[in-house]
Amino acid sequence: MNGPPLVEAREVSCTFTVSGGFMKRKRTLQAVNRVSLRIERGEVMALVGESGCGKTTLAKMMMGLIAPSEGSIEIDGRPLSSLDRMEVARSVQPIFQDPYSSLNPRRSIGSIVTQPLRVQRDPDPGTWKRRAQEMMELVGLPRRLFNQYPGQLSGGQRQRVAIARALVNRPRMVICDEPTSALDVSVQSQILNLMQDLRAELGLTYLLISHNLAAVEHMASRVAVMYLGRIVEEADTASLFDSPRHPYSQALLESVLTPDPTLGIPDTHLGVSYPDPLDVPPGCSFHPRCAKAMPDCAQRMPRRTELPDGAGVACHLHAGTHAARSAPPEGNRTARAQDG
Amino acid sequence: MEKAATIVSLPVLEPSPGALLRRRVFGHAGLLIGCTVLSVIILIALFAPWIAPHDPFDQVLDRKLIPPVWSESAKATWIHPLGTDHFGRDYLSRLIWGARISLVIGFSAMLISGVIGTVLGVLAGFFGGRVDMVANFLITTRLSMPVVLVAIAVVSLVGSSLTVVIWVLGLLIWDRFAVVMRSATMQVRNLDFVAAAQALGCSTSRIVFTEILPNVANHLIVVATVEMAHAILLEAALSFLGLGVQPPEPSWGLMISEAKGLMFFDGWLIVIPGTALFALVLAINLLGDGVRDVTAPDGT
Repeated sequence: MNGPPLVEAREVSCTFTVSGGFMKRKRTLQAVNRVSLRIERGEVMALVGESGCGKTTLAKMMMGLIAPSEGSIEIDGRPLSSLDRMEVARSVQPIFQDPYSSLNPRRSIGSIVTQPLRVQRDPDPGTWKRRAQEMMELVGLPRRLFNQYPGQLSGGQRQRVAIARALVNRPRMVICDEPTSALDVSVQSQILNLMQDLRAELGLTYLLISHNLAAVEHMASRVAVMYLGRIVEEADTASLFDSPRHPYSQALLESVLTPDPTLGIPDTHLGVSYPDPLDVPPGCSFHPRCAKAMPDCAQRMPRRTELPDGAGVACHLHAGTHAARSAPPEGNRTARAQDG
Repeated sequence: MEKAATIVSLPVLEPSPGALLRRRVFGHAGLLIGCTVLSVIILIALFAPWIAPHDPFDQVLDRKLIPPVWSESAKATWIHPLGTDHFGRDYLSRLIWGARISLVIGFSAMLISGVIGTVLGVLAGFFGGRVDMVANFLITTRLSMPVVLVAIAVVSLVGSSLTVVIWVLGLLIWDRFAVVMRSATMQVRNLDFVAAAQALGCSTSRIVFTEILPNVANHLIVVATVEMAHAILLEAALSFLGLGVQPPEPSWGLMISEAKGLMFFDGWLIVIPGTALFALVLAINLLGDGVRDVTAPDGT
């Protein structure tokens, strides 16, 4: 790719202090732990993982809503901390999960969709209404809803209003935090297709956070799998869904229910439940649940290994095979250079 | 055929928000009653000098204790429709002038306490953490002080006048504003549209004024009406104890206080200002409930 990526996270961490209650020691919660992620122009990067693994925290840091405790985030090669609030808002916009809480019930639809133009002090107030109405039509909302209030709209219509608000200033990247999971099944595919069309039409880049693996396979060009604040695998969508490398990605893909009832509930081999994020296991944080855990896994934290097809995996299984057997010495060197 | 093609279909319009609001207001009996009674009392208070038939301070000792017109007594006369008190002052005129004092005290005390409580509550709810701790400490401190006792202490220290009563009440009854605004702000603050506004680049003050306040305003109106009624009753209580408005000012609380010695002989002297107080407080509370019902986003 030419030039810097649109958004790049470099070794970002985010820690929260959690008070244990009256007279108890405060504990730190490592929501995101040294994550690096490059999002190139025009791609759809999907972020998947269990609830509480730090997906939303990472997304909020990319919007500048939370400052990273360590590391940096760059937009177009410029560190986010040096950018003005308004500049970040012009480049990155969010679409939230719940369209019932993401629209102010006291504002009319027109006021919500023109709000970004007002906040950015757009120089041409005479065109605001027309531009907002054009954007409403683009996302499939009839113009007559301009003076209505969110309470009078359906869930799908509300999500379209949220999309119109995010896009009216023509941002380059949209962070979609589970954009369909609060919607009716019949509306979900409409919204996903709308997002695909808008991406082609407006040249957008998406960061798609989702639990819906079918939606991810349908939309994304690359997928990053997060577990307990780390990215454990990052690969092209096709190769991840064909041959997941990390045992956690394998379990995640196996957990999808199939329409055939005779197959029963899939066995994910995940054994014990999701660990307490306040007390992360040593070594590889996934080892207590991993079906292929080795003695080494409890001792050392695996580093990310770049594989020849452009995927990256943080797992001792692949670090071993890749370095020792499959890769030629030159390939190994390049992988290490990329790693550092 | 040519002509048919030129017919333009008019867009189907949803009912406008104004029309919906009108429909809700006129379908709400409590709101209408409260509004009417309160408007009448406010108008009477505003036009007291022109409405009152007599000077409320004018003492005519040979006409004292005339009963109201509906009594069987031969002394009852239409010159004094509600009779006279023990100094021979026209009771209707004193009642009309007294409405002014009740409304001024209720409204001013509500305004002062509303500003203090709302600022404190919204700051605590929005910022949380240390700010919330400080606000909570202030609220708890305030709640630990008995209002009437503190008011009596202050009034007996600095002396009583209308201004002193207003400030004492205003500085004492902001707790409910603060508590309600704090929890309402906390709820709204965590909704996604606040995060969306932050992602749009809105400043904190803009978010507080355009996203938070409009969504907590209906709670604010309800608390404001409750506290206005509260202040009016507290003023009456203080005046009854002789620590509020000083005679010969015609305050309703003071009128009840002055009549208490004659309660068993001339009961109307207590019943009339008591009924007025009751009607005013009820009207304010009905209005507050009605406004809350009508402005709720789901509008039920």
